[in-house]
Amino acid sequence: MNTANITWMLAETGIKAFVIVNIILVMASAEVWLERKVCAWIQKRNGPNRVGPFGLLQPFADVVKLFMKEDIIPAAASKNFHRLAPLLSLMMAVAVYAVIPYANYVDVMGHRVYLGIAPNLNIGLLYILAMTTLGVYGITLAGWSSNNKYSLLGGLRSSAQMISYELSMGMALIGVVLVSGTLCLNGVIDKQVGWFWHWNVFCQPIAFIIFTVASFAETNRAPFDLPEAEPELVGGFNTEYSGMKFGMFFLAEYANMATASCFIAILFFGGWQLPFPQEMLGLKDGSVQLALAQFSSFFIKMLLFIFFFIWVRWTVPRFRYDQLMSLGWKILLPLSILNALFTAIAIIVFKL
Amino acid sequence: MIIGEYIPLFIMVILGFIVGAMFMVLSEVLGARRKTFEKETTYESGMIPVGSARERFSIKFYMVAVSFIVFDIEVVFMYPWAVQLRELGVQGLVAMSTFIVILLAGLYYEIKKGGLKWD
Repeated sequence: MNTANITWMLAETGIKAFVIVNIILVMASAEVWLERKVCAWIQKRNGPNRVGPFGLLQPFADVVKLFMKEDIIPAAASKNFHRLAPLLSLMMAVAVYAVIPYANYVDVMGHRVYLGIAPNLNIGLLYILAMTTLGVYGITLAGWSSNNKYSLLGGLRSSAQMISYELSMGMALIGVVLVSGTLCLNGVIDKQVGWFWHWNVFCQPIAFIIFTVASFAETNRAPFDLPEAEPELVGGFNTEYSGMKFGMFFLAEYANMATASCFIAILFFGGWQLPFPQEMLGLKDGSVQLALAQFSSFFIKMLLFIFFFIWVRWTVPRFRYDQLMSLGWKILLPLSILNALFTAIAIIVFKL
Repeated sequence: MIIGEYIPLFIMVILGFIVGAMFMVLSEVLGARRKTFEKETTYESGMIPVGSARERFSIKFYMVAVSFIVFDIEVVFMYPWAVQLRELGVQGLVAMSTFIVILLAGLYYEIKKGGLKWD
C-alpha cells in the first residue's frame, strides 16, 4: 500500500468516523425522546411536548441540564475507577459502530466508498462480540468502585446476567455463521440477496428468537433490567453517579439498543438489502440513488426494532433473578447449541 | 497489507475515548461544586453507611463466572469450524458433533448437580 492510498484511507475513515459518531449521539438522544413518546402513547399520556415542536428538543435540554449538574464523587469511592467506568461504557458503545454497514457502496471520483467504517472486515462478527463483552467491564467497575452496597449488587447482577446471555448470543450467531460461511458483515448481507424470503430469519428462526432475547439482556433493557431494578436497588450500578457521568451510562445504554437493533437487522433481516431484488429498481451499482434506497431499507428495519425494544419495555413486567438465570442457562443455552448442531447437520446432509 | 484493514477500528476506539473524555471533563468543569460532608457520603437510604460495601458476596456469582469461562471458550472454538464447515465436510461434522454432545452432557451434569441453582 503506497502513501497516497494510506492518506486517502485515513481521510475517508476520519470523515466517516466523525459523521457516524455524531449520528450515534444524536440517535441516542432521539431514542430517549422516542422512548418517552411511545411510553406516553402506551399509557395514554402526552409525553414531552414543551421544548421545541412535539418536545423534540427535550433530550438536548436534558443534556444541557446534566452538564450543569454538580458532579459528585463519593469520598469512599475509588476515584479513578469511578471516572473510568462511564468512559469505558461509552467508548465501547461507540466502538461497535466501526463494523456496521449502512448501505453497499458509492463510487466517488473513481474511488469505491463503502458506507460504513470497516464493513468488509473479515472478523466483523467476532469484533461485535468482543466489544459487547468489554461493555460489561464498564458496568461492573461502576458497581464496584462506588463502594455502595446497592451499586455493588447492581453491578454483580448485571455482569452475571450479561455473561450468561452472551453465551446464548454467541451460540445463536454460530447458526448464522454456518449458513453464511463468513464472519464479515457485508458477506452475511450478500448471502441474503434477492427476495425477502432469502433473509436469514426464515432459515434461522430459532437463532433469531434467541438472539433477540439475549440482546434484551445484553442491553439491560426490560424485562431483564434487574441491574437497575428501582424498587430493590435504588438505581443499581449508577446510584452514585451524577451529572453527565450518569448521562454517559444513559447514552451508552441507548447507543447499545440501537446497535442491537442494527445487528438484528443485519444478521436476520438482510441489512441494507431491499425486500425485493434490487435490479427491479433499474439503478446501477454504486449510484447514490441505490445507496439511498438501501440506507432507507436498513434504517426502517432498525427503527422497527428500536420501537420493538421500547414496546416490550412498557408492556412486559420484570423477571425475577432466578427465573432470569434459569432461562439463560437451562433453556436458551441448550437450545442454541442444538440449533447450531442441527443447522450443521442440515448443511452437510442436504449439501446446502 | 493486513494491518491496514484494522486501522479504522483503532480510529473508532480512539474517537470513542475522545468523546467520553470530553463529556467527562466538561461535566467536571461546568457543574457547580459545593462540597459538604453529607453530600460526599455513600447513599444508603438516608442512613449513615454501615461498614464497607466490599465484603464477601454470594458464591453463585463465582459459579456463573467459572461456567461462563468454560462455555465461552467452546463458543470461540466453534467459530472457525462454522466458517469452514463446507470444506471440512462429514469428518468435521462428526468431530464437532462429538464435542457438542460432550459439552451438552457437561451442562446437563452441572444443572443436575445444582451448580446453577439460584434459591
